Amino acid sequence: MLDIITNMLSMCIPFSVALLLASLGEMFNQRAGVFNLGCEGVMAMGAFVGMLIPFLAGQGGAVAPVYNVLGFVSAALLGVLFGLFFGVITVTFRAPQGIAGIGLQMFGVGTAGTLFRHFVGGTQSIPGISDIDIPLLSKIPFIGDVFFSHNIVAYLAYILVPVAWYILFKTYWGLKVRAVGTNPRAADSMGINVTRTRYEALALGGALAGLAGAYLSIAQAKMFSDTLISGRGFIAVALVYFGHWHPVQIMGGALLFTFAQTFQTVVQSMGISFPYELAVMLPYVLVIVVLSFTSRNQTTAPTALGKPFNREIRT
Amino acid sequence: MTKGFRIAFRFSIVAIAAIAAILMASVILWMIGADVSDTFYIIIFQPLTNMLHLSEVLIRAIPLCIIALGISVAYRSGIINIGAEGQMAMGLLAFTGVALAFPDVPRPLLLPLAMIASMIGGGVWGFIPGILKAKLNVSELLSTVMLNYIAAQFYSLCLRTIYLDPAEQVYGTGTPQSMRLTENIWLGRISGRLHYGIIIALVLAVLIYILMWKTTIGYKMRASGSGARAARYGGISVGFYLAASMAISGAFAGFAGGVELAGVHRRAIEGITNNYGFSGVVVALFGGLHPFGIIPASFLFGLLIYGSTLAPSQVGVPANIVQVMQGIIIIVIVTAQMVLSNTYFQDRVWRKYQALRKKEG
Repeated sequence: MLDIITNMLSMCIPFSVALLLASLGEMFNQRAGVFNLGCEGVMAMGAFVGMLIPFLAGQGGAVAPVYNVLGFVSAALLGVLFGLFFGVITVTFRAPQGIAGIGLQMFGVGTAGTLFRHFVGGTQSIPGISDIDIPLLSKIPFIGDVFFSHNIVAYLAYILVPVAWYILFKTYWGLKVRAVGTNPRAADSMGINVTRTRYEALALGGALAGLAGAYLSIAQAKMFSDTLISGRGFIAVALVYFGHWHPVQIMGGALLFTFAQTFQTVVQSMGISFPYELAVMLPYVLVIVVLSFTSRNQTTAPTALGKPFNREIRT
Repeated sequence: MTKGFRIAFRFSIVAIAAIAAILMASVILWMIGADVSDTFYIIIFQPLTNMLHLSEVLIRAIPLCIIALGISVAYRSGIINIGAEGQMAMGLLAFTGVALAFPDVPRPLLLPLAMIASMIGGGVWGFIPGILKAKLNVSELLSTVMLNYIAAQFYSLCLRTIYLDPAEQVYGTGTPQSMRLTENIWLGRISGRLHYGIIIALVLAVLIYILMWKTTIGYKMRASGSGARAARYGGISVGFYLAASMAISGAFAGFAGGVELAGVHRRAIEGITNNYGFSGVVVALFGGLHPFGIIPASFLFGLLIYGSTLAPSQVGVPANIVQVMQGIIIIVIVTAQMVLSNTYFQDRVWRKYQALRKKEG
């Protein structure tokens, strides 16, 4: 029994990284007032490109770590492109964000699938990146397994939580982001370029979503498939609501949802006689339950969330 | 501003949008090294060349049309239903359940019963996000997506357990599927696989037109959608109509599942929903959220979906290309709509045009 619990807990940190990165990115988007539902599509593109580069470099064999790094970097750059593209649609043209996000999601998932079939073909695995055991600390029973023997990207992602907090609440740029998401007109009158700030936030959010996708394909699954993302992008958006647009609470949410997801792995690997499909459903059900409890009182929500800004129109 | 200029302005915006969409799709096709014009020909014109292809296109247009009609009702009421995929799966399950439970009931009783069951199955699945939105302000975009995944899992759970064909365990085809449904429940076929569902879809389009534009219920739904605050001030219970429109929307998606099952597959199997739920959103938008626009739009997208199944063998383009095109089309439609409704922009173009004319004349 203790084995199972250790197993589940030790999966929590590495498996939560994709959710964490994507929701931190989405947090920046939403703090700037843009609701980017296309996160899923950007993650799919990031996952595909992140996997493609080490795959082409190694042709299925071992690859130098630099190609994995290159995979992450190009996934992030592609994410920036997608974020800016979404900016053109929703900030410049002021299209309704919800439905435009669905469009971006279809475009991203579809393109990733199309390119994957052409450049890779079928299911191909890549060596990915391996776990590193932190000396001494990883030897501590239980705690060592849960906290100190994961891949390097997982640690970097968790360092991003305080970094994101610092950027959002302690830097001038973070203040601008919060201003354009709360009261863009006031920000505009103070000389902040609302459009530019929203574009910057979307670029950052896109980069993080791309990295999240690349993490899934390079570090977690070590392959790409059409169903690799399977709603994680949408869960990431929900986590932002759940975490009240605050990095630390979002981290808590990511861990909670990953714990629910590990349940399916446990059911599968331990041979517990419990319908596998019900275990897979669990995190999705949890999202709906959590949203039902947290959506009513959204006093912390950015007040301009989802509202395009137009200097020319008085409100 | 002259009337001629307004028409020319609208026309050129639509033309630019269409060109932008084609260019974006071409970039993706170019990246995978496909012959762009050949691919467009295969996807859009090849299916029109003979009756067999054409009937396959129409078969795909039927569920698209029914689902898009439901989505347009929800959209007009101010709620975006992207959960039609899950609602359709629940409709399929309910329909199969009734058909398997009462195989000996005569056709005039069984067919309506199963159809109603499929509507209830989808309707309940649509009502959940509707009521959550109305009462608890849960974003319907997130709840419907989550319900899609839940329904998909529930669907394969049912196929694998209670609905599993007993013969499946003997022969073991590898894909879980239900028994072939009783003949009492099949829809008749017109030609090839094309079934009478096409008439059902057309009748439903007329019904939706009457509901939305000729009844008070429809008026109240549209009022809630175009201005929730004003509607509430006018004494309309916005929450009620929101939930009701989602239930209708879900019922249509479930019904589409029932028609698809009775007309085409005649047994529940994986992959019947075939992304129709998401394509339905595109069809509804492309059809201008109006029943008489949705009918031609569903034919067009039936064409795209069927054409894309021809593409892998003929030009080596993966069938996923249809998803790419649908994403592009959504993006371009919502963007073009914003440009068209931006009167300031139109004014500015008009002034530029005037200045140009003065310079010349």
